Amino acid sequence: MVNATITKESVLALLAEIPDPEIPVVSIQEMGMLRDVIIKDDLCEVIITPTYTGCPAMGIIQADILMVLASHHIKPAKVTMVYSPAWTTDWMSDEAKEKLKNYGIAPPLHSSCNSLPGSNLHIICPQCGSKQTEIISQFGSTACKALYKCNSCKEPFEYFKCH
Amino acid sequence: MNTQEALYNYCLRLGDNALIHAHRICEWCSNAPFIEEDLALSNIALDLIGSAQCFLKYAAEIDGKGKTEDDLAYRRSERQYFNYLLVEQPNGDFANTMARLLLMSAFDVYLFETLATSKDEAIAAYAAKTLKEVKYHLAHASDWVIRLGDGTEESKYRMQKAINDLWLFSGELFEMDETDTILINEGIACNLHDIKPKWQNYISSVLEKATLNLPEAIHMVKGGKNGLHTEYLGHILSEMQYLQRAYPEAKW
Repeated sequence: MVNATITKESVLALLAEIPDPEIPVVSIQEMGMLRDVIIKDDLCEVIITPTYTGCPAMGIIQADILMVLASHHIKPAKVTMVYSPAWTTDWMSDEAKEKLKNYGIAPPLHSSCNSLPGSNLHIICPQCGSKQTEIISQFGSTACKALYKCNSCKEPFEYFKCH
Repeated sequence: MNTQEALYNYCLRLGDNALIHAHRICEWCSNAPFIEEDLALSNIALDLIGSAQCFLKYAAEIDGKGKTEDDLAYRRSERQYFNYLLVEQPNGDFANTMARLLLMSAFDVYLFETLATSKDEAIAAYAAKTLKEVKYHLAHASDWVIRLGDGTEESKYRMQKAINDLWLFSGELFEMDETDTILINEGIACNLHDIKPKWQNYISSVLEKATLNLPEAIHMVKGGKNGLHTEYLGHILSEMQYLQRAYPEAKW
């Protein structure tokens, strides 16, 4: 039996603190992965949406959610992954994009663009702000990022792909 | 065959194609020509594993016998796998891997574009998600085929040879049977005859940019879709399933 004083808002507030395991400066809420909380008499269900189908962070995120809920005695609880509507970088908050930039990752430029990185997009270097950048690879250290280099400050950087 | 049985088969095919292709591509991990390519191939394989997980999980749900996606991946033998022969072919050289990725990911893009509007909600949701990812795979493969085809004498020779060698497996992509027909009538599956011209146009345009020749019409081999495989699948499974076969129920 889920405690009667628990509300959807209070659970969302707790979960909003959980960092993204791969980019810890942003939370799963800011990334737009945390979709909903459904409180029923006998269950607290958390709805999340994966960024990429094979994102290995999803398992950790599920475990983190259950741990936060357990530490607040919210149980039984379960995490459900929902694929529709598909996650998009549109759901990323402006604060999250700013945090990514300060962390050294160029945030996604356009909202839900269909163009792939490298195709006429001027990605701004998160280090020096230059537009003189070029793509090295459409694939980076994680599924969600591409590799770029800045021709002004000569630093390599990662770009969070539009998705 | 009823709709539910057809849907189960259909999801196994989608899952198996992604899983076996992913397993092949994973073999490049730490062996790619340079580190960015290593990352790219590993990312592509990871996307495919994610897609396989979605479809096999859904297949297990439809089956309703309490199995998981892992049971389906690790406890089926060759004859129970329904992937295309194309995806189980060995990596060969880099040109070979890129030719296989080009043929398959172009097919995937058109397939998932259609499946994103499937009347089956789960398939539509997974397809919409997968589509975003396979577009990257296709862009990557196309870039390489063009670069190698329109490259040095050696790279051009190898790229053309790779396309020629794999061409006989491309016909199977558009084969349809009872499973497809039942689900097409229900608005669930993709009519592969409809996407074939788009696929042909795309492949022709890439080969043209790559200054390569479109292979001539040849006899096409098939069988994977119905569980009849080349010798390579058994070797893939023996490696992939070893742990679960030797230590059933082993967990991390």
